[in-house]
Amino acid sequence: MPNPKQALKSRPVPDDSPGGPRFRTYRLTLPPVSGVFRPRLVALCAVLTAATFLLFCWGLTTGDYPIGFTDVVRALVGSGDPGTVLVVRELRLPRALVGLLAGIAFGVSGALFQTMTRNPLASPDMIGLTQGAGTAVVAGIVLGWDGGLGTQALGLFGALATALIVYALAWRRGTTGYRIILVGIGVAWICTSATDYLVAKGGRFQAQAALGWLVGNLNGRTWDQVGPLAVALAVLLPTALLLGRLLRTLQLGDDVATGLGTRVQPVRLAILLAGVGLIAFATASAGPVAFVALAAPQIAQRLARTAWPPTVASGLTGALVVLGGDLVARTLVPGTELPVGIVTGVLGAPVLLWLLARANRAGSGG
Amino acid sequence: MSADPTPADPRPAGRVPAPDPDLRASGLRLAYDNRLVVDGLDLAVPPGRITAIVGANACGKSTLLRALARLLAPKEGAVHLDGRAIRSIPSRELAQRLGILPQSPLAPEGLTVIDLVNRGRSPHQTWWRQWSKADEQAVRRALDATGMTDLADRPVDELSGGQRQRAWIAMAVAQGTPVLLLDEPTTYLDLAHQIDVLDLITDLNRRENRTVVMVLHDLNQACRYADHVVAMKSGRIVAEGSPAEVITAATVEDVFDLTCQITTDPVSGTPLVIPIGRHHGARAR
Repeated sequence: MPNPKQALKSRPVPDDSPGGPRFRTYRLTLPPVSGVFRPRLVALCAVLTAATFLLFCWGLTTGDYPIGFTDVVRALVGSGDPGTVLVVRELRLPRALVGLLAGIAFGVSGALFQTMTRNPLASPDMIGLTQGAGTAVVAGIVLGWDGGLGTQALGLFGALATALIVYALAWRRGTTGYRIILVGIGVAWICTSATDYLVAKGGRFQAQAALGWLVGNLNGRTWDQVGPLAVALAVLLPTALLLGRLLRTLQLGDDVATGLGTRVQPVRLAILLAGVGLIAFATASAGPVAFVALAAPQIAQRLARTAWPPTVASGLTGALVVLGGDLVARTLVPGTELPVGIVTGVLGAPVLLWLLARANRAGSGG
Repeated sequence: MSADPTPADPRPAGRVPAPDPDLRASGLRLAYDNRLVVDGLDLAVPPGRITAIVGANACGKSTLLRALARLLAPKEGAVHLDGRAIRSIPSRELAQRLGILPQSPLAPEGLTVIDLVNRGRSPHQTWWRQWSKADEQAVRRALDATGMTDLADRPVDELSGGQRQRAWIAMAVAQGTPVLLLDEPTTYLDLAHQIDVLDLITDLNRRENRTVVMVLHDLNQACRYADHVVAMKSGRIVAEGSPAEVITAATVEDVFDLTCQITTDPVSGTPLVIPIGRHHGARAR
């Protein structure tokens, strides 16, 4: 095993080109591994990770029975007062974990879709996937199949079925990103109409339960919701990261990507499946939390100053938005817990508008 | 910061392709949906040379180039590279032998030149080896060869049209393929930048022995910059050979339905097409 400090060479690209420009990217080698090292992106990910951890623990401290920050961290690793450990681990941790994992899934899924289609509008909450999950879950509630795992399975089924319908309708000797968006927006409206019809048709209690889920909610999450989501992320996140390299060529357009040896249709299908899987499991666990899949990748991209939504940073931003939103939702009105989806909707939209306006003034476009 | 300009690097950009590539099409039948564009076309690309495909709008020249680059699957016939049908070559392996620059490609907003050029290396990269020493050298040489080193950190969408086209050519150069296919590389460029890009392509051909096939609109530029001219009309090859053989008054009248006189380019000695039109020359009087 070589000394990593010696093996890890990182230096500016133009070192041996006299008078060359200073590049903001560096070559990183740990033979045989090599990659592009972007200091800003790495720093951003570190900051986002730290912020996410802080918010995660902060969320665990708040509740009917306040627990100090250090006690929370101690309870997480299993030491401390047994009562505190029980409250933190059994009552509060599932909620925080669903928020964290769903946030990551929303962010990464949005980044995959937006890069693949070269369009920020093509996030899963715009092209009908979350709406499809909503229709399935509301149908379940109104028609009487309620219950924790029932809701999850239905949400999953709804998102996957909608993705299949969108893909099939958009298929014409292959698909393009643009056609997926147009078809997706149409399908999203059909799903929304169907959901509205079901809510109107259902009884008062059922309608209330349906609306409570539709707005995106972390209240009363248990380990039953954490398990499937964690397993899904364990499989889909590495897949998403592996596909990242191929996404970078796909972003140059289908013809250029083909010329660079990327098999466009299989890669697009794989990205679609990974993105749909992430959004389906996240929506099934946390409900359709508004705006996260759309806004998180865009926020991460502007913070990282890259020309694409960076996958890892998008996931962390998504987690930050969901955890932060949930914290605000729980503490804003004393004695009442607002659903997180209301907060992300209210906060996410202006943040995105502000970023777009700032980027356009700076001349770097939005 | 750079104070003095970087001296031009005499080394070739990318590895020098060893044996001359053999790219040929046989019995090509190309169609979009059911609209037949090219019917029964045979072509052997001269290795180590610059070939220009010329013809009127919608004669199938871009379609032919797309088929040569496996962007379009032929209805009948096949394209062979070094004796193998390109459909049977794994896409990654093919991308190491044959590069294509489509007409007016669009870079994502904010993508820097160096990131774009680095993507040209993707057929040589794996997910754990995303920027090897060889990649870095190829990218740097491609930037040098195209004169883009000083602009490497600039976003592609903020460059002028000529610089932007150079950035894309740099990406294709970094790909390091023995064969380079270019679809109208001078579109939307002013005259000075057109000449600039064509000179650059000539450099790539002469210094690095790359085989170039490009679709060109301007006949005089095709005569001057190509070794081999392919004139197409209605999906067929009408004439093929050296510029002097192909660009004659009779061929131009046949291919473009344009009467003209051919004289000699005083600078390069290649044929120069002087179109006549309805208002000038003997006919007008």
